[in-house]
Amino acid sequence: MNFTLQIWRQKNQNSEGQFATYGVQDIPPDASFLEMLDVLNTDLVKRGEEPVAFDHDCREGICGSCGLMINGRAHGPNRGAATCEVRMRSFQDGETIAVEPWRAKPFPIIKDLMVDRTALDRIMQAGGYVSVRTGGAPDASAIPIPRMVAEEAMDAAACIGCGACVATCKNGSAMLFVAAKVSQLALLPQGKAEREMRVERMVAQMDAEGFGACSNTYACEVECPKEISVSHIARLNREYIRAKVL
Amino acid sequence: MKLDSKIPDGPIEKKWDNHRFALKLVNAANKRKYTIVVVGTGLAGASAAASLAELGYDVISLSYHESPRRAHSIAAQGGINAPKNYSNDGDSVYRLFYDTVKGGDYRAREANVYRLAEVSGAIIDQCVAQGVPFAREYGGLLDNRSFGGAQVSRTFYARGQTGQQLLLGAYSALCRQMDAGKVKFFPRREMLDLVVADGQARGVIARNMVTGKLETYSGHAVVLATGGYGNTWYLSTMAKASNATAIWRAYKRGALFGNPCFTQIHPTCIPQSGSFQSKLTLMSESLRNDGRIWVPKKKGEKRRPEDIPENERDYYLERMYPSFGNLVPRDVASRRAKEMCDNGFGVGPTSMAVYLDFSDAIKRNGKKWIEEKYGNLFDMYHEITAEDPYKTAMRIYPAVHYTMGGLWVDYNLMSTIPGLYVIGEANFSDHGANRLGASALMQGLADGYFILPYTIGDYLATASFKPVNTEEGSFKQVRAEVDARIKKLLSIKGKRTADEFHRALGKVMWDHVGMGRTKAGLQKALTMIPGIREEFWKDVNVVGSSDDLNMELERAGRVIDFLELGELVARDALYRNESCGGHFREEYQSDGEAKRNDKEYCYVAAWEFTGDDSNPKMHKEPLTFEYVKPSTRSYK
Repeated sequence: MNFTLQIWRQKNQNSEGQFATYGVQDIPPDASFLEMLDVLNTDLVKRGEEPVAFDHDCREGICGSCGLMINGRAHGPNRGAATCEVRMRSFQDGETIAVEPWRAKPFPIIKDLMVDRTALDRIMQAGGYVSVRTGGAPDASAIPIPRMVAEEAMDAAACIGCGACVATCKNGSAMLFVAAKVSQLALLPQGKAEREMRVERMVAQMDAEGFGACSNTYACEVECPKEISVSHIARLNREYIRAKVL
Repeated sequence: MKLDSKIPDGPIEKKWDNHRFALKLVNAANKRKYTIVVVGTGLAGASAAASLAELGYDVISLSYHESPRRAHSIAAQGGINAPKNYSNDGDSVYRLFYDTVKGGDYRAREANVYRLAEVSGAIIDQCVAQGVPFAREYGGLLDNRSFGGAQVSRTFYARGQTGQQLLLGAYSALCRQMDAGKVKFFPRREMLDLVVADGQARGVIARNMVTGKLETYSGHAVVLATGGYGNTWYLSTMAKASNATAIWRAYKRGALFGNPCFTQIHPTCIPQSGSFQSKLTLMSESLRNDGRIWVPKKKGEKRRPEDIPENERDYYLERMYPSFGNLVPRDVASRRAKEMCDNGFGVGPTSMAVYLDFSDAIKRNGKKWIEEKYGNLFDMYHEITAEDPYKTAMRIYPAVHYTMGGLWVDYNLMSTIPGLYVIGEANFSDHGANRLGASALMQGLADGYFILPYTIGDYLATASFKPVNTEEGSFKQVRAEVDARIKKLLSIKGKRTADEFHRALGKVMWDHVGMGRTKAGLQKALTMIPGIREEFWKDVNVVGSSDDLNMELERAGRVIDFLELGELVARDALYRNESCGGHFREEYQSDGEAKRNDKEYCYVAAWEFTGDDSNPKMHKEPLTFEYVKPSTRSYK
């Protein structure tokens, strides 16, 4: 398969970026999107040019490193898949594909397609945990947790922290990301002791980082590679109101 | 050099208790005066950094990722073992210990393995308290499954994402300590060398991967939690960035490397589909609980698997190993798959695959049941191969997955360099010649949560430390050496990319230092690898500059270290004239089963670096078995 790529190139955070056009030829349909970029990068290096910088690591959809806007969609055309899981058979032969980095104010561009998502880490540091010391835990089966509750907590915990929800949101909101953690820990008995403080601190940090507000477009759920439901945002809102009222 | 494993005296079930009591403590008020540099934030690194900070130490944590949560522990799927005996099937600490020593083919230290089994229960307690959503039964209690060759159900799991959930648990503990200011985390920093001053590990030189600047991190001890070296084979299930530079640099600074040839080839990976491929994808071997492995009885069979009638299929594992069947240990399952393909029974477009078939399980329990258990794995397979495993048999083939070898450590997890600790997959540790399923997560977290935090205190309390100046002496010298290496890589301006050299190395490693090894093949590898290395230094092309984000420079530095390490793996494999666990020397077998030689090879091979132009020197740590008497592993 052959493709024309329009890729965002930007030297660093302070420089101005622009689209560059490249062609790639003879790409097997089974190649992943990132393997197609590998082919392009090998060509570029052979020509003495700098390869296109992008984040990636596990290439099996779990580490959350990769994240590209492909033809204007976070992680490309497939539902429930991260960029690394997209195969070239999802595109038409001869297609022109636009490739951009995540665009959101709290995610400054580092280089080309690589952005700085440490804002998400700082939100997690603002209480996205249960305060438990190593060694101080009771027996694992001491507190029974109904299976349905554990399963729902697991649905939320599946978040890979890729930032697609932010990138696709017209407000640049991180609500789905924050909701996934707040919801997981609010559902489980282990997280209940700190639930008020947690939700207040995490939301405050989200605001401080410059993420936008949620206006219920549900775009985040559509693009989330782990298909995390917006119902967790509803639980986040409830937790927040509950914390403010109590 | 005399290797002292520091295994405590006394009966095995008392060793760790007695040892913990004997360890010197650092006064609570003094802990904050000690700085510990922890490299890596996977299960071992994150759990260690968090636990050390909770104790009061000042912790510096480094990762080449943007966030601790991206470490490759995240990709582990299947589960984590603990002998809680929640299934009432007769499990115990002793049984897990026994299984692990036997599974490792009697090439691990009994005392280490016993300790691992002993602390594993507390890991589950710890993770549950953090909010890790392990699978539960309807009554609300924790569910267990049997996994990878175990005859009891002792594996705890969180769907097919156990590694992710455990890592996010450790990451949350780390976040809490970052929040408290006790851990200073530096993202996108790649450790490029170890600094040893006055005979003690005192810090590291790391490259800021965004600005390109070389930075110095110093402390009273250094902990490497930097994972395994599976990417030496190029195609593996490791993440793309996973590399051996940290442990390799430490080796070149004096840390001994233990059992480099002990590597694990995992049986249930998605087969390679073309030369463009950048990595292989593993599917949890929990699939073997319900999937049946087979090949057609006829060579070169072209029919679709569902069109081949039952009596024309060879369920070879069930045939050869009636009692373990499809659940034989990984090394056996992998070797048999290779053998089937080598003999012409392989399937799929490349004929380098065997079937893993769920049709019986779907008939027996329904599609929904399979979906609940393996849904994400089936989706992943479908996405990658464009084939629906609910309708047609999966194709699988073995791939390099884990390295049991690593830096040699004593019972305290300290390497042969005082103050340098190595934890998780990076050390040679507890798995002997073969690791059992669901034991990697267990070991990473055991080291990080429950072992290192005790043992490192003894060193800090008893060693004496001179003040270090990072602008002078060893620090200055090592930094200059790192800088010179980077400049050298950039100056060659040849014609081939680092990746091309990596692929060339990978091919030699897979062909000659892979699943079936021979004396002739290993000797060939030992002449080919130095040849590739020589070519690399003449003809590699690293574009870009050192003072910028430069992916090609990062890769070149890693590849050249693989090119040195690969040679040591081959050398160790050649030296070990026996077959054991994942190390299969074709000359040493009986009826196709590995033939160990306990009389001559019951030891840990610990290799010492003696210089770039001389061969490494091997030291032996003899292994003794007082409790689990070595026998031939039989899964028939």
